[in-house]
Amino acid sequence: MVTVISRIIHYGFKNFWRNGLLSTATVAIVSLCLVVFAGLILANTTSSRLIGFLQDKIDISAYFKTNTPEDEILAVKSALEKLPEVKSVDYISTEEALAIFKARHENDPAFSQSLEELNSNPLEASLNIKAKDPKNYEVVAEYLKNPDIAQYLATDNPVTYYNKQAAIDRLAGIITGVDRIGLVLTILLSLVAGLVVFNTIRLVIYSNRDEISIMRAVGASNTFVQGPYLMEGLIIGVISAVASLLFIFLGFLLVPLFYPGVTALGIPDFSLFGYFGSNFFSILMYQVLFGVGLTVISSLVAVKKYLRN
Amino acid sequence: MIAFQNVSKIYLGHSPALEDVTFRVNRGEFVSIVGRSGAGKSTIIKLLIGEEKPTKGRVFFGQYEVNKVRDNDLPALRRHIGIVFQDFRLLPQKTAYENVAFALEVAGRPQSEIDELVPQVLDMVGLSDKLNNFPHELSGGERQRVAIARAMVHRPEVIIADEPTGNLDPINTWDIINLLLKINELGTTLMLATHDRDIINQLERRVVTLDHGKVIRDEEKGKYILI
Repeated sequence: MVTVISRIIHYGFKNFWRNGLLSTATVAIVSLCLVVFAGLILANTTSSRLIGFLQDKIDISAYFKTNTPEDEILAVKSALEKLPEVKSVDYISTEEALAIFKARHENDPAFSQSLEELNSNPLEASLNIKAKDPKNYEVVAEYLKNPDIAQYLATDNPVTYYNKQAAIDRLAGIITGVDRIGLVLTILLSLVAGLVVFNTIRLVIYSNRDEISIMRAVGASNTFVQGPYLMEGLIIGVISAVASLLFIFLGFLLVPLFYPGVTALGIPDFSLFGYFGSNFFSILMYQVLFGVGLTVISSLVAVKKYLRN
Repeated sequence: MIAFQNVSKIYLGHSPALEDVTFRVNRGEFVSIVGRSGAGKSTIIKLLIGEEKPTKGRVFFGQYEVNKVRDNDLPALRRHIGIVFQDFRLLPQKTAYENVAFALEVAGRPQSEIDELVPQVLDMVGLSDKLNNFPHELSGGERQRVAIARAMVHRPEVIIADEPTGNLDPINTWDIINLLLKINELGTTLMLATHDRDIINQLERRVVTLDHGKVIRDEEKGKYILI
């Protein structure tokens, strides 16, 4: 058994080396397909980061009348936090609101002067609410209409949600759309890449069909005929996976030369290249798994056809 | 050692390739199977190595009843047989040495035995100076000698040669026939399928003549007689 396995491995490498041109062409095609696959991983990461970033920008604020006791506000806060739709609630007291206001307008003497003339703090305390999903804001807004809470809210404009509603709804729609298109594209492109690899390997084995019949005539068992092709598939898969990441790395180096800033995509604290670098090994693992899985399964299916008698 | 018992083979939608064929080959014999193209020579070989199953009748080889051997056991059966084809059928990506060694490798023989046997056999067929040549670097006669070396290296009980000289010139033809005779003298049973009149007439060995799938003559020292 050990002899058979070592011979199979030996033949796998030898065939790969002696079929130089064919092997190179196959590796080129498989790595291009793997570039598409890795591209999908990167694109999905980018879009989910972008969506996350935009989602984080949405919130609704509930402003409380200046005479509302802080205890009541905090009670509303903890009630809101218990809602399953709510991600976080920030309490901004009147003092904090004033500090924020002052900081924002420190270069504008007109504002600071008018504040001094008032001699009191006119700003309302507020709760800044973030939902887990943009679709949930309606639930939160409805909850705030509850008379127990509504009595404390600043009268004419209790919740800014209604001002932002159109924008929030549109963004929610876009996010759902992008998610769906991303999924369909991922499935479709993976399928195309898989089919291209399968067909390439099939053609390689088709060109070896005479050899397979000779091996069988000489008394080679199915394992002995199939083994070296599986081994070759494995080698092609691994080399292609590494090559595909090399192509992507080159892409990261070259593309910004022509389109500066393209990999940052305007999302703060996010760089696609940084993501690629810090997740290099897990991406490499996906690539190897996808590449080897595809090439080995293709080899298995393609050789099987010529193993009858 | 080899026996065909009332064997018929009909390919779907064709007239019978073999019809009620019965003959027996003893250990150590040199038998020529003679007939025109399409007389059924190749079908006999295919049935013997289990590439085809007979429509009727039984095929025996040594301890095997070939028509009952399961697909998974065919490689083991084939390792008792050496086959030489008209078109050589060498593996193009392997050198002469590797082609011959391959027959031993698939049988799981140890490397030490391979290192010893392969040069010996290639020397016997007169190719000791072409061990590392690929098939495309060899002449037709040389390729056929590599194929014969591959067929005999695992010491099979029988060597089947299917039109082994069909692609060769007269000088190479006789080199190959003499090589086959030599192997036979060393004790291996030989089945030669051919339609070469000169070879048959000069061999003066047993001849089984086929015509339209039937055995029409089986003579100890046969001649090529076909109208």
